[in-house]
Amino acid sequence: MDGPFATAITLIATADSALVQIIGLSLRVTLSAVVIACAVGLPLGAALALARFRGRGAVIVLFNALMGLPPVVAGLLVYLLLSRSGPLGSLALLFTPTAMIIAQTVLILPIVVSLTRSVVEDLWGEYREQLTSLGASRWRAVPTLLWDGRVSLLTGVLAGFGRASAEVGAVLIVGGNIAGHTRTMTTAITLETSRGNLGLAVALGLILMALTLSLNAVAWGAGQWAKGRLG
Amino acid sequence: MTHTSRFLLSAASGLALIAALPASAEEVITVASTTSTENSGLFGHILPLFQSETGIEVRVIAQGTGQALETGRRGDADVVFVHARAQEEAFVAEGYGVQRFDVMYNDFVIVGPSDDPAGLANAADAPAAMAAIAGAQAPFASRGDDSGTHSAEKRLWAAAGVEPGGAWYLSTGSGMGATLNTAAQVPAYALTDRGTWLSFQNRGPLTISFEGDPVLFNPYGIILVNPERHPHVKAEAGQAFIDWIVSEAGQNAIASYQVGGEQLFFPNAQ
Amino acid sequence: MSAGGILPLSLRGMGYAVGGTALLSDVTLDIPAGRRLIVMGPNGAGKSLFLRLCHGLIDPTSGTRKWATGAARPRAQAMVFQRPVLLRRTVAANIDYPLGLAGLARAERAAKVAQTLDRFGLRDMTDQPARLLSGGQQQRLALARAWAMDPEILFLDEPTSALDPSATRIIEEMVAQFADEGITIVMTTHNLGQARRLAQDVAFLHRGRLIEHRPADQFFAGPQTPEAQAFLAGDLVW
Repeated sequence: MDGPFATAITLIATADSALVQIIGLSLRVTLSAVVIACAVGLPLGAALALARFRGRGAVIVLFNALMGLPPVVAGLLVYLLLSRSGPLGSLALLFTPTAMIIAQTVLILPIVVSLTRSVVEDLWGEYREQLTSLGASRWRAVPTLLWDGRVSLLTGVLAGFGRASAEVGAVLIVGGNIAGHTRTMTTAITLETSRGNLGLAVALGLILMALTLSLNAVAWGAGQWAKGRLG
Repeated sequence: MTHTSRFLLSAASGLALIAALPASAEEVITVASTTSTENSGLFGHILPLFQSETGIEVRVIAQGTGQALETGRRGDADVVFVHARAQEEAFVAEGYGVQRFDVMYNDFVIVGPSDDPAGLANAADAPAAMAAIAGAQAPFASRGDDSGTHSAEKRLWAAAGVEPGGAWYLSTGSGMGATLNTAAQVPAYALTDRGTWLSFQNRGPLTISFEGDPVLFNPYGIILVNPERHPHVKAEAGQAFIDWIVSEAGQNAIASYQVGGEQLFFPNAQ
Repeated sequence: MSAGGILPLSLRGMGYAVGGTALLSDVTLDIPAGRRLIVMGPNGAGKSLFLRLCHGLIDPTSGTRKWATGAARPRAQAMVFQRPVLLRRTVAANIDYPLGLAGLARAERAAKVAQTLDRFGLRDMTDQPARLLSGGQQQRLALARAWAMDPEILFLDEPTSALDPSATRIIEEMVAQFADEGITIVMTTHNLGQARRLAQDVAFLHRGRLIEHRPADQFFAGPQTPEAQAFLAGDLVW
């Protein structure tokens, strides 16, 4: 039997156009979601670390709990929101890559917020007096803390990336797994599994793992470099 | 503060990434259909033909029949193409669909372990085969997802006078492929459409245990989602697809699709 | 540094309490421009707290703290901590950081950074990550960073207690130079020798109270309170 490894290698070697398209879409959706989640989540997490207000504990618990939000539930919520019969139906976003980006952003955001909150809170404990002494206000300290926590924050961003790239439930519901349009690595794996093409499914899985592995390796290397470079 | 600007820059480029999502120029319609049709590979065969003739791109979302009809009901598809006649007629009667057209049929088969522990080979008809499974308490994997296949299965149990339940009755709550994967593992009997079965690779010990009873015929219908209910529905392009699929060209395209030398779907448009 | 400057700093009945427990009580003291004030006392006497209150990192819960300009927390002051907190960036970027906060223009900042690097012999380390320097080098950088902020008054909280003798000597020399330039020094230390070398005035704290405040020569010649006598004799454990 041609093992899944052989299938994977053949797919890659022949640069199968459908596969290239699927990989491209998967990366575009997941990376976009990661970038948006960071653009929102890093400042939000840092603000949550420094702010003191009534109900702060509840907000922190909520974000921590949302890290465990089942992807299917996130997908369903986004589906109901974007459906033609839903509040944002007129945007016609359901079954598009944009809908998938939104759903994955919903999944990653709590991870980025919670991890940023925890990293920045620890760092603020260490930096607070020195930064105040140097003339930084609490809010001016936010970018400084984010920058100095960058190596730890990278871990959180990678965790978010991992969750998004491995996720199938949400993108299946809001994307529809339309061939050539919203089919990603994970939904393609689901489809091939349901067709009994287990070899092809595993081959796609191997490619997905290889992609995730190399991205993590690059990020880890960058983190190590930054550590050595900037302490 | 170069870090801040770098950060903002990356955030902005991320937003640009989304803004750059392509907006298709050509006409696109969305068809909510069933996993069995999609998994059989039929769409991969006929849609390129339709697109080359009309320039209309068809995006297919493969769901269970119940979910596909719900997608149509919510206005998230322009056309539904499913196989559960009673539910389709209700869909039209409730005003969600314009009109139902016959397109084609395939048939259901009962697959099971090749040693046939319930003795289906001797069954006179499909209800008798189902009764034999229940009588032997042989494992049976059910879709359990309100799909067209699941509806057909429930009709057969009713005809056999059996209320299925107990340790032998496995409700997978998932699609046809996943249910067949389960049946191959147990091994268990399962009701499946022939199309999915023929293109299904991971059969294990399963083989066709019973087939050929006319009650196992499985008709597919196609319905335009009612633009009076959902004004954004692309009625013209959707109707063009329906007109094509019931036309001679569409019917020939369906008839010419084969897997392993076997024809999967039999056109029956009037 | 006198006319129009932020000094003297006037403390009147300044105290600090947490949950009803007074950690510092009723400190009345003027810190005039151009002096070197060493704050001494056993552990837990409130020395670090005193510096933080003066510097404005925390506000007194009783009494007042007034600068000559009336500003609540004037910019022309800096503080060096026992363990310097350097940012995870280069030596030069660490010096640049507070200048950016103070709103200096880019060119002005670059000139000041270059001047600071040259003056404190940090030129070779310009692009080195600050966190990877040795303890002594880190403290030197912390002092250089404080100096770059053009302070009229510099607070130092046990700046050498974690350093070896040679690094300690370098830090003491830097402090003495700053004082020679007219920067007012307020520093806590455990090290009696260091106190004798640097102090012009001594403030002696004991259990959250200021119990002696005199010129250094008088203090070391004959402290008036039994607590200070015991402290100088080494009888008080810290």
